[in-house]
Amino acid sequence: MGDILRLVARRLGLGVVTLFVVSILIFFAVELLPGDIAEAVLGQSATQETVAAMREQLGLDRPAPVRYVEWLSGAVQGDFGVSLVSGERVSAAIGPRFRNTLFLAAYAAVIAVPLAIILGIIVALLRNTVFDRVANVLTLTSISSPEFFLGYILILYLSVKTSMFPAIASLSHGMSFGDLLYRSFLPALTLVLVVTAHMMRMTRAAIINLLASPYIEMARLKGVPPWKVIVRHALPNAWAPIINVVALNLAYLITGVVLVEVVFVYPGVGQLLVDAVSKRDFPVVQACCLIFAATFILLNLAADVGSILTNPRLRHPK
Amino acid sequence: MTKKYHQNMLDKIAEEARRGRISRRDFMHYSMAAGVTATTATGLWTKEAAAQPKKGGNFRWGLHDGNTSDTHDPGTYVTRQMIFLAHTHRSYLTMINGDGSLGPDLADSWSASDDASEWTFELTKNATFHSGKKLTADDVIASLNHHRGDKTTSAAKALLTDVTDITKDGDYTVKVALKGGNADFPWLMTDYHMAICPANDDGTIDWKSGDGTGPYKIDSGEFGVQWKLSRHEGWHREGAYFDTVEILVLNDPNARQTALVTGDVHSVSLVELKTMALLQRDKNIVIDNVPSAAAITMPMFCDTAPFDNVDVRNAMKLAMNRDEIIEKITFGAATKANDFHLSPAQPYWPDDIPQREYDPDQAKSLLKKAGAEGLKVNLSTADSVYAGAVDMAVLYAEHAKAAGITVNVVREPNDGYYSDVWLVKPFTLVSWGARPTPDVMFTLAYKDDAAWNESHWKNPRFNELLLQAKGELDDTLRAEMYREMCMLMRDDGGTIIPFFNNFVYAHRSNVGVPDQLAASWECDGARAASRWWFNS
Repeated sequence: MGDILRLVARRLGLGVVTLFVVSILIFFAVELLPGDIAEAVLGQSATQETVAAMREQLGLDRPAPVRYVEWLSGAVQGDFGVSLVSGERVSAAIGPRFRNTLFLAAYAAVIAVPLAIILGIIVALLRNTVFDRVANVLTLTSISSPEFFLGYILILYLSVKTSMFPAIASLSHGMSFGDLLYRSFLPALTLVLVVTAHMMRMTRAAIINLLASPYIEMARLKGVPPWKVIVRHALPNAWAPIINVVALNLAYLITGVVLVEVVFVYPGVGQLLVDAVSKRDFPVVQACCLIFAATFILLNLAADVGSILTNPRLRHPK
Repeated sequence: MTKKYHQNMLDKIAEEARRGRISRRDFMHYSMAAGVTATTATGLWTKEAAAQPKKGGNFRWGLHDGNTSDTHDPGTYVTRQMIFLAHTHRSYLTMINGDGSLGPDLADSWSASDDASEWTFELTKNATFHSGKKLTADDVIASLNHHRGDKTTSAAKALLTDVTDITKDGDYTVKVALKGGNADFPWLMTDYHMAICPANDDGTIDWKSGDGTGPYKIDSGEFGVQWKLSRHEGWHREGAYFDTVEILVLNDPNARQTALVTGDVHSVSLVELKTMALLQRDKNIVIDNVPSAAAITMPMFCDTAPFDNVDVRNAMKLAMNRDEIIEKITFGAATKANDFHLSPAQPYWPDDIPQREYDPDQAKSLLKKAGAEGLKVNLSTADSVYAGAVDMAVLYAEHAKAAGITVNVVREPNDGYYSDVWLVKPFTLVSWGARPTPDVMFTLAYKDDAAWNESHWKNPRFNELLLQAKGELDDTLRAEMYREMCMLMRDDGGTIIPFFNNFVYAHRSNVGVPDQLAASWECDGARAASRWWFNS
């Protein structure tokens, strides 16, 4: 166990370094974009005087490295500054939206992960049958079509034609949990369709890969029923690749859903990030990107720890 | 006729109209015969006869164009979310009525000095902020000063550069002194930036709290997502029939349309033109297709060859088939323009100027006269200018071929179009938002020394008239001046104006709307929340 704790500590340390590098990259990427916040906010009606006045008020007339160091010294103390456009605290602007994003990701994951793994096991069991083919074709079709298209299809059939579910999420404060689940069902279902195929195929492939191993042959010769061969003997050895794919998909559920947010008018972080980039609102962009980077770092770490814990050979290296 | 007789007769006419026995036209006719003026009769029709607004209900309103980075600062108002919200929770000094006339909002009345260089606004004494504070002259002065001075970051600074001083005379009178005469000043007060906010003690305004004197007060909300508002009891004007209003930001065209079709919202601020015809088949939906003053222009630099020759410019204007462009590019949702930048939705529009039609033969002969046969020009455009801008340019190039003109369409990058292409390249395609009066529009883009004189057009007579008309308080004389200016733009100017784009929005059929919808913004001049109601 000590090894794992050491590994986690080392990885977290490296993660902090990664975040620091990301923050530098993001800052200068925003700087490189043509135009600045004053021009973006004032738009077509900007005059030289109003742009200059706004730059002065926001402190944009100082050199970029100075501004970066100022932001960094605040950030290491947990203060991510205020949004340049609205003057609102970044934490207040992102907080509720990040909760929404996490809720949607969790909602989709709770459905998608068990579904994908169970489906994966079943199709491995029934490989090369009609069921296997149909499941593969359906999931591959859903992963191959763009998310917004899937969203529109779901809206057409589940909302416009049958009015079973609302087409737009329109969440509001003080909604009951049941309402929340009902109103965000379509976006969650879209995400489920998008991520299921990847995880299911990986489960299937990992298990089938092991079925040629001698110990599986042995189990079969002993007369173990096929489902037991897979669940008891093949699956434990297949966890490592499956966990990795699950982690990647979970990260996607948090960071890659801006299109789904737009289609269902779901107030998540993605839309906030897009708006902040178009307005060159650096503190908000920075905070969103750091959250995304941290998500990837933590989920990758979790995947590695998970793989180690499920594999005695990695738990006790020679 | 005695006053009583009048009233009896009007009541009878109104009763008939209510039962649907006479049309609006007849109603106007009879009312006017009964000695009522046209404006009053229109008011009576909407108030008494046809429309009987009912109070109550929760109005859900889906808007396009809203960002999470929007704010309550009137100086940076730019998206529909900000502008429509402003017209719902804040007030202005004046407002544009449904019939396009100027009406009172916070100001009960206004008057000018003889040379129109000093304006006096008498404020209503009934207006209160949602916080309970009474509105006084101080709030108005601070709100206007928000757009003035060296430190201001307001996008509306240019509108108020002529203002030299704003003072109060008692708590309910505001006096504005101008550098020169400006007969349109009360119209400028309808500009969406001029929202009135509560004043702080130091003369700045408190815009952050979202307090206002508008028909609805904000209960909760988040920019880029949604707003919940409830009626401000005791609002100083008539209307505000809904109990509560919900504004939803629906940037995605499909989300907006689905929400309208499924009844999730009662109105949307923009309908995609491509699907307009399909939406029209739904019996529960009414499409509002309202001519606006927003325009597409194609400026040619009048000081650059070949456009320095007026015959070439007119040949370019004649070489455009506007009808086909309106039909194919805008799906009919546009009003044909006549190469002068004044739309039927604006005051002083001259209705007697002959429409310029597609005439490749005459264009050819003009080119021959100018010695410019086989003319080749580059037309710069980008997709971001207008949905279909590039297609429109290509279509125009086809039309121009018949006149012997080769138009080479240059597709420019969307990013930075207005800084690197517009005002830089000699022949471009531009989209203009609506401005309230011809004076504002002409001063902005056609005056000889205007920074945005996009066609480099310098016509001495035009500029002389522009100055004269600005200070002229006699409406008939002004209308004549604007007519002459329009003729000059049409026949000498350097701007092709293909069309004015209509506002195309929609409401569900259970929503009642007035007879005439204001043309200043989508959704009845952005005031749907206070002007519309539920039928049942």
